[in-house]
Amino acid sequence: MIEVSNVQKAFDGNPVLKGVTCTFETGKCNLVLGGSGTGKSVLLQCIVGLMKPDIGSITFDGTVYTNNKIDIRQEIRRKIGMLFQGSALFDSMTVAQNVEFPLQMLTPEMTPAERRDRVEFCLKRVGLESAGNKMPSEISGGMKKRVGIARAIAPNCTYLFCDEPNSGLDPATSIKIDELIHEITHEYNITTVIITHDMNSVVEIGEHIIFLHKGMKLWDGTKDEILTAQVPELQEFIFSSSLVRAAKRVDEENEGGLAAFQESYEGGGI
Amino acid sequence: MLKILGSFVLFLRNMLVRKERFATLWNRTIDEAILIGVDSVVIVSIVSAFIGAVTCVQIAYNFTNPLIPKSTIGYMVREMTILELAPTITCIVLAGKVGSSIAGGLGTMRITEQIDALEVMGINSASYLVLPRMLAAIITFPLLVIMAMGLGIIGGYLAGTLSGAMTGEEYVEGIRDAFIPYNIVFALIKSVVFAFLISGISAYKGFYTRGGALEVGAASTTAVTNSIIAILLADYVLAAVLL
Repeated sequence: MIEVSNVQKAFDGNPVLKGVTCTFETGKCNLVLGGSGTGKSVLLQCIVGLMKPDIGSITFDGTVYTNNKIDIRQEIRRKIGMLFQGSALFDSMTVAQNVEFPLQMLTPEMTPAERRDRVEFCLKRVGLESAGNKMPSEISGGMKKRVGIARAIAPNCTYLFCDEPNSGLDPATSIKIDELIHEITHEYNITTVIITHDMNSVVEIGEHIIFLHKGMKLWDGTKDEILTAQVPELQEFIFSSSLVRAAKRVDEENEGGLAAFQESYEGGGI
Repeated sequence: MLKILGSFVLFLRNMLVRKERFATLWNRTIDEAILIGVDSVVIVSIVSAFIGAVTCVQIAYNFTNPLIPKSTIGYMVREMTILELAPTITCIVLAGKVGSSIAGGLGTMRITEQIDALEVMGINSASYLVLPRMLAAIITFPLLVIMAMGLGIIGGYLAGTLSGAMTGEEYVEGIRDAFIPYNIVFALIKSVVFAFLISGISAYKGFYTRGGALEVGAASTTAVTNSIIAILLADYVLAAVLL
């Protein structure tokens, strides 16, 4: 479990995070939802340690991360896997070398054969067993995301962070990536935090959703609660999606349309 | 200026704390030595041989007094090559080739979040990415400068004898005359200092690139120009202090 307590961050006097307090639960896909410029990525960077919050604390399973000793921070960092928005694969390495890299660096006790087995396993887990020898420039955006996930889970991470995992992907590939993240979260019982503004992801895998607006947490709940949440900013955000707006229109014209939409979505009809 | 200098010192300090394992550092240094050193052999060879040749031809052209022995041309080519042309011109060429490569490479890694990926894994990105590049430059630059000295003198020999400005014996007599071994030590000290400046400045500029492709290009250009200015300043300071 990750606990974020009163995290504040400002740039040149402009506050971006205004005292965010939230909890990310273990074994669940925790979504941080919000529009562009609401501080989602800054919150993520504060949590993973790429930025230091001005005020507030972040705790990983009871161990305080912020302002702790460098050794303790390093120890926590080694349990973190992260899927970056642009995948951030090392372009001088093959797909297999990318997945092997954290194992080489973080688990020197592993033999080369053990590392190879682990790489094969991780690539197979994300459905890329035949792409090991390809360079990142030779694979598609969706495949890059999969390699990013394989690299993140290779050293048996306890916490998985995904920064807009669906950006730049078509809807079908987005759903596959969402499903993969969801499956991995439950399979390894890890704490997954996903930064997104994609309503498809919310409906697909939003087990615990935190809504950020102008640097503040305005709401948290589940995907079943989000459509009926009485928060105007959240309603505005949700119904800014053309797809959801269309469903709402159907709902208004024909009673139960939204429920039909949800059923259709869950059944793979949309 | 002081702020930038302080930031540069902190950057170097960060590189030296929490270093990666020796085996990792060694392997990375060897890889970088190949990229920085071996891949620069051709350009350094061409530049140094032609500079030696041109120096010889121009000195011969200016020597109109028959009382000055022709062996003096060889002597002057040797002195100019060892003291200035081989270390300084070679390192200015390397500032363009290696400096832009380091700054561009690190800048691209920064804007594509590859450096962030290393940090999130708990790896000291400065130590992993920059230290091997600096060590490789410090190891390979003196070797390239030694090669440039030899090729510069050979270039002078070929130009002098083929143009008929002097005989081979006269040139060899000149390059053996009043030789001071310390000059080679001085040139190697200069090459180590220049290697540190080029790799350090370029790495600093690349490592802290912010923005997109345009900023990566700007970082490379700034790295090269700043490196060249630093080389020229250091060249003067070292000459004033060590000679």
